[in-house]
Amino acid sequence: MSEPKKLAIIATKGSLDWAYPPFILASTAAALGYEVRIFFTFYGLQLLRKNPDLQVTPLGNPGMPMPMGMDKWFPVLGTALPGMQKLMTAMMKKKMRDKGVVDLLELRELTREAGAKLIACQMTVDLFDFDKDDFIADTEIGGAATFLEFAGQADISLFI
Amino acid sequence: MAEFDEQVDATGLNCPMPILRAKKALNGLHTGQRLQVIATDPGSVRDFEAFARQTGHALEQSAEDNGTFRFLIRKA
Repeated sequence: MSEPKKLAIIATKGSLDWAYPPFILASTAAALGYEVRIFFTFYGLQLLRKNPDLQVTPLGNPGMPMPMGMDKWFPVLGTALPGMQKLMTAMMKKKMRDKGVVDLLELRELTREAGAKLIACQMTVDLFDFDKDDFIADTEIGGAATFLEFAGQADISLFI
Repeated sequence: MAEFDEQVDATGLNCPMPILRAKKALNGLHTGQRLQVIATDPGSVRDFEAFARQTGHALEQSAEDNGTFRFLIRKA
């Protein structure tokens, strides 16, 4: 068989909504026979934590549809109210369940099971005082050169 | 209705779950065996075509009945 295609992803975001694209693409690519590596850096490291508390925020996010036309009559400042993030996160999670969107932790497990390698960026692990034990099993630690070695031969490289 | 060796019911599941479930089931089949996938995600129609092209498995049937999609895949 010919050399498998390769997908390299840098995951930089630590919110619930932005957690999906890297894992959806990585798990699907692995199902298609790709060799996949995701390099988690800065806030993306949250996606590797054993029990992440990922949230969505309407703050500074004018593209986020709000329920009951709230985005029409709600002043922008309202999105900064205490509790708004918790409320929006709860609503987003319910909507996802209703629409058959897979639970993020299940998707992450499927991604791992499919053989995608998950790599935490050494510099930001140190920066935020994370420890390897904070992350799910099989998480590797590596630096920029580690990523580039793989990405240099990858068919697709994405920065998310 | 065509014969199949195994079935995956991905009803109500959204992208990328129908593909992931199908791939997992195909892993357990032998070459030439058939997998039937039931899905309600309209995006799965194009996705299973792309899945077949990229993996070499044959998409022998793709049918819709009242919002339910049925795919028949023969393992390569």
